[in-house]
Amino acid sequence: MAKNWLKGAKTFYDTIVIGSGLAGMTAANKMAKLGYSVLLLEHHYNLGGLATWFKRKGGHILDISLHGFPIGMIKSLRKYWTKDIADSVIRLRKVQFDNPQFNIETSFDKVDFTNILRERFGVLKETIDEFFATLRAMNFYDKLTISTQEVFEKFFPGRTDIHRFLMEPITYANGSTLEDPAITYGIVFSNFMDKGVYTFEGGTNTLIKKMKAEMLKNGVDIHTHCPVDKILVDDKKVTGVRVHGQDIGARAVLSNSNILSTVHKLVGDEHFSDEFMDEVKAVRLNNSSCQVYIGIKKGETIDYVGDLLFTSTAPEFDTESILSKDVTSRSFSFYYPHIRPGSDRYAIVSSTNAKYEDWADLSEEEYLKEKDHLIETTLDALEKYVPNIRNKVDHLEAATPKTFKRYTLHPSGTSFGTKFEGLKISQDLPKQIEGLFHAGSVGIIMSGWLGAANYGVIVANEVDKMLRSQEVDSLATATP
Amino acid sequence: MDKEKVRTAILDIIADIAPDEDVSSVDDDVKLRDQFNLDSMDFLDIVMELRKRFNIEVPEEDYEHLITMSSCISYLSPLMKDRQLAS
Repeated sequence: MAKNWLKGAKTFYDTIVIGSGLAGMTAANKMAKLGYSVLLLEHHYNLGGLATWFKRKGGHILDISLHGFPIGMIKSLRKYWTKDIADSVIRLRKVQFDNPQFNIETSFDKVDFTNILRERFGVLKETIDEFFATLRAMNFYDKLTISTQEVFEKFFPGRTDIHRFLMEPITYANGSTLEDPAITYGIVFSNFMDKGVYTFEGGTNTLIKKMKAEMLKNGVDIHTHCPVDKILVDDKKVTGVRVHGQDIGARAVLSNSNILSTVHKLVGDEHFSDEFMDEVKAVRLNNSSCQVYIGIKKGETIDYVGDLLFTSTAPEFDTESILSKDVTSRSFSFYYPHIRPGSDRYAIVSSTNAKYEDWADLSEEEYLKEKDHLIETTLDALEKYVPNIRNKVDHLEAATPKTFKRYTLHPSGTSFGTKFEGLKISQDLPKQIEGLFHAGSVGIIMSGWLGAANYGVIVANEVDKMLRSQEVDSLATATP
Repeated sequence: MDKEKVRTAILDIIADIAPDEDVSSVDDDVKLRDQFNLDSMDFLDIVMELRKRFNIEVPEEDYEHLITMSSCISYLSPLMKDRQLAS
């Protein structure tokens, strides 16, 4: 008989959270701290969503998306998690760019970027200050008519080198492109420029372990291996979820699944209005990724070449070449032993943005061949920065958009959720179905480590507001 | 709740949200955002705490009333008049 993964779960909760990505976990923890009964369901055996890692024979621990996040993460971890977790955040020292237009090392903050833009690119101080001020002033409620490209052209006309310097890291951080609304760039870039790029000392495994302990302490019921089949809706109201053939009731359901999966698969189109479904149809998914995981042999070392390395052989930066299967641009995340104190191991993870359709229709044989090709060309590119890399390696593995789809269940394996229009759908769910909420990567600004965690809290506030108002109502009815 | 108690209640909330800031030195007429380095998430936290501790709902369009300590007090005092700290 199969193991009962729901053993110990109650039959009714104030809130059920579907999916344990950073937004789902942060919302679950916040709701529990507010005193609600919370059930967290995760289809995978690990918590974390894309904030995850895996282990391989030979003592390798490979992080999927650890490097790096903005300093705001410290504050959010402290407020919505624990001081202990926040205290483990450390700054990455060096970010390197290498491409046909420039080779630059930077601490990745406003002071250093200002210096580089002045000295290296010859931009006037006033222009740089105005550029930063313009981005800093952007907020959530701004009009979406101006694209990032237009902002770059306004301040640095014709300077494709500067556009690349400013855009490339953010493209890898949240999947945004030159054609997206400038706000999606401005908010994220400003967050990074505040004080640089950070990571978590101890690695993703330590972070998620601590988050799990904190959720349990606050009373969250956590069940892994629990893919939700359906969100149950009756008369435009959420009543619970169906999982492993079992119905569990809830006053509110918060989906941390992809917004389109939430609408189409978990709830079902028939429960939404036609106008709403028209808007849903217009939502574009963000791209997916390929990664190559490079585990270094025990005893081997790598000289410090920076924590993040943005490399490209493309003459100029453009959205299409970043996504092309014919890879010319990669970001390398270097994991040195100091990331996991007590360890003496090194690992490198290469990331490229990728399109699902380039990988989905290959035969099994072609797929494996293409993965090998991806690994080999990645090592070729890495050789320039880590000489003799092939002799230092003893574990190699590749992930493609298909891999991302399998582990996250995201449509087309999207690794950055949806484009901007997804945010409105996410926020409008409760207006369509009472008690139905969504938190997860939508609209780019709600993506990445900080965006996801904070969006979890923003939505937890909405759930709390609804649950409270119900309590006030029932109190009013009970009073004679 | 009188105005002084409302003031203390707000300060308690800010002290919890921004533990590194010295809230005792608050200037009632300077923007809280600038004094204690508060961002929009911090203000959301304040709204959630007001709901949790006093059962007060501050609608989004009223967030502007939370800009300084004095504006907080004038906005919240009538709402908190009959409230006590939730036990």
